[in-house]
Amino acid sequence: MAANRWGVSDPWREARQLQHEMASLFDSVFGKREQASPPCNVFAGEDDLLITCEVPGVSMEKLSICVIGDTLSIEGERKPEEVERSAYHRRERHTGPFRRSIHLPARVNADQVSAEYHDGVLNVTLPKAAEEKPRRIEIKAS
Amino acid sequence: MTLMERKEAAPTRSDTELTRQARQFVPDVDIYETEDSLMLIADMPGVKADRLNVRLEKSILTIHGEVGTPDVGERNLIGAEYETGNYYRAFTLSEEIDQDRIEANLKNGVLTLRLPKAARAKARRIQVAAE
Repeated sequence: MAANRWGVSDPWREARQLQHEMASLFDSVFGKREQASPPCNVFAGEDDLLITCEVPGVSMEKLSICVIGDTLSIEGERKPEEVERSAYHRRERHTGPFRRSIHLPARVNADQVSAEYHDGVLNVTLPKAAEEKPRRIEIKAS
Repeated sequence: MTLMERKEAAPTRSDTELTRQARQFVPDVDIYETEDSLMLIADMPGVKADRLNVRLEKSILTIHGEVGTPDVGERNLIGAEYETGNYYRAFTLSEEIDQDRIEANLKNGVLTLRLPKAARAKARRIQVAAE
């Protein structure tokens, strides 16, 4: 298993690398394709997981987060601007509904998942299930 | 092209370099024109209002937004699909803009800029004094 610079093994690395290679192969053949949207970063701590997601311009009511088993799904919709009788000079922003499903690398306690949305970034904190948390084992001196 | 380069890296201003080592990205924008204004909408997730800088100088409009390093506590990154960094983009405006009436609004990481067109008659009428 590959280890990163800090010597911590990263189980996603190989899959990611393969994904990169596939992506660049597709890009070179078909041109730039749509990326997984919205993009998410996954962080793991001792007691929880944190998933951050860039979803600018979505109102809170239009965002829904759901945990089923080991999958987190994020759903929402980006409404297009209501533009009347006017000409677009540029149109680069994506609009419409989106849905992401993220496989969680650890079991979580679904009842205690919390989410915050600030400045277009969604932060979902998922406490790990009790059996996933590291347990300190005391060593008895004889 | 890797997944990490989803956001397009922004070129630095002319031939200068940033003093701080920070990534810079090009925000996605929509620009449309209404009868009296030019509207610019930019996706800048992670930017707070006090960290956003919009300037109009000699028909060059620049947008610069700073994104701090996200606070993730003692956690390790185990899966990454995006990188955080500042946003920078500059446009040359062909219309004359009434600089005093520009409105900027930042909500949920989306910047909305209203650039009212300057009244043409006012801008073009030149008084010629007859002797």
